[in-house]
Amino acid sequence: MTTDQPGRPALQVRDLSVTTRSGTHLLSDLTFAIADGERVGLIGESGSGKSLTALAVMGLLSESLTATGGIRVSGHERNLIGEREGALSRLRGTTMAMVFQEPMTALNPTMRVGQQVAEVLTIHRRARGAQARERAVALLDQVGLPEPAETAHAFPHQLSGGQRQRVVIAMALANDPALLVCDEPTTALDVTVQDKVLGLIVDGVEARDAALLFITHDLAVVSRVCERVLVMYGGRIVESGPVGQVFAAPRHHYTAGLVAASALTGPRGGLSAIPGTVPSAGRFPTGCVFRTRCAAATSECEIQPRWDAAGAQGWACHHPIGAS
Amino acid sequence: MLWRLLTRTGVLLVSLAVASVAVFATMNILPGDPAEVALGVNATEGAKAALRTEFGLDRPLPVQYADWMGGMLTFDPGISYVSKAAIGPQVLDRLLVTLWLVGAAMALAILVAVPMGTWMAVRHRHPDGVALAAVSQVGVAVPAFLVGVLFIAVFAVRLRWLPSGGWVAPADDPVEFVRHLVLPATALALVQAAVLSRYVRSAVLDVLREDYLRTARAKGLTPVGAMVRHGLRNAAIPVVTVLGLQLATLLVGAVVVEQVFTLPGLGTLLLGAVGQRDLLMVQTVVMLLVAAVLIINWLVDLVYVVLDPRLRVAR
Repeated sequence: MTTDQPGRPALQVRDLSVTTRSGTHLLSDLTFAIADGERVGLIGESGSGKSLTALAVMGLLSESLTATGGIRVSGHERNLIGEREGALSRLRGTTMAMVFQEPMTALNPTMRVGQQVAEVLTIHRRARGAQARERAVALLDQVGLPEPAETAHAFPHQLSGGQRQRVVIAMALANDPALLVCDEPTTALDVTVQDKVLGLIVDGVEARDAALLFITHDLAVVSRVCERVLVMYGGRIVESGPVGQVFAAPRHHYTAGLVAASALTGPRGGLSAIPGTVPSAGRFPTGCVFRTRCAAATSECEIQPRWDAAGAQGWACHHPIGAS
Repeated sequence: MLWRLLTRTGVLLVSLAVASVAVFATMNILPGDPAEVALGVNATEGAKAALRTEFGLDRPLPVQYADWMGGMLTFDPGISYVSKAAIGPQVLDRLLVTLWLVGAAMALAILVAVPMGTWMAVRHRHPDGVALAAVSQVGVAVPAFLVGVLFIAVFAVRLRWLPSGGWVAPADDPVEFVRHLVLPATALALVQAAVLSRYVRSAVLDVLREDYLRTARAKGLTPVGAMVRHGLRNAAIPVVTVLGLQLATLLVGAVVVEQVFTLPGLGTLLLGAVGQRDLLMVQTVVMLLVAAVLIINWLVDLVYVVLDPRLRVAR
């Protein structure tokens, strides 16, 4: 087996592109890395490619899509793109794990939840039989489910949405993954439950020194959970950097629009939406993907802007905010 | 759970009672005097009256009904007006043949349809999956009796591998029993397998789109592992409904296939009894077939509860 190389990030994505059979680009040239123990948010409107990025990292893209580029996780030497399904299956649930958006449908309705948690241990031969069942109960206890032994015997429909999401988190953390991918894990939950579940995720990855890729469209959630943020639009990363810095002083006009729309630090204090709507896949313009909705766009924007960086913050814009 | 069992059983019993009244009423309202049918148009009034008394046909209808129903429950529905032989033992013998035929056909259909339908669903974007779906589409359109005739022509007449018809009881000669069962059971099963595989395909396609299957993959199960462990049981829920309905059509198909292969089953008994105007025999066999369909549907309802824990809600 492979060994961990010191200094190598938990997740390294290089020039990741995803295309359909007809050649439509859904993701274009994504490059980012997440270090061990680092918590990175991925934000953007619906249709900007966030979930697709998560599925590509997990190797769970629909077979009608083609991924190119490089995806590497710590503990596995080879590129995950083009890797055999058997090897990917061994990595999923161990090295990398995922929490999905919809807790109501993420669990098998005909299997007891304890069994579903124990399965993550048994398929990777971490435990079996009674031992796996005991560990499952302990995991359910860790994610704060009351009466874990009874809950293990319950079927998903007997649990609330928040409880089900806790079960999914227990499954994801069961084998101490090096990378946890969360796709809008609290969007479907009551506001009162959201914060507890977020705390659970943060505590879970901190305790394991795991890397976190956290997808959301809620900027407040990113501020609560993440240290660094990637802003996505039109299948591209348009800006990245430390959360506080990016939200306080966005350089890309799309990021600025998002920040204004969520009224976190918006100058007018009221709700301000980004004009226009997200084009459907394949309808994004050439050059800067945001230029059709951008107030600052000029003819120069018909050329793909290059990546600029200042310190930890980076952006892809011909007319960055704050430039003289 | 217990509540569901009780209500479903209640519904079954009421349906059986209603069906039995309907069957009895239909047979007795039909024009034609059983005594005249049995003795011929030239029989004397005295002879007919004697026959009516002998078989209790001169009693009021409710009494006759109660007598017949009591007999059905004790497997002794009475004596044939035509052959004057007890109906119970004849029907039981024939019922066994039909049960073997339908049971074997159903088992064969499931064994073929589940893997085939799953394959068609999983490979629905690939040429082999599409080709298999086309084959099953053709299979749906072919009637069972045609398959039976074809089988006889090829496997019995030309190749002489298997007998073209007849029946050997399993207790008499197990090998010959199987040899006689293969062709009719397969003829009956093929069409059912084609129909069933299409339902399995759509059920599996639905399951493939489910989030929990993606969760299973994210846990580290291979596509096949996820389908086997998490998909098939969920896909089975809609398929079981179809199975229940199909068993009813299988019984009808068995009537035809028994004719083609000259099997002494309920189907040949029923057709023979209709031809001879053996009214009580017809009435009894029809009631048995109706009861079989109702009982199958009752079983389907109970299997749901086993498969789907969401139905096990205490009310």
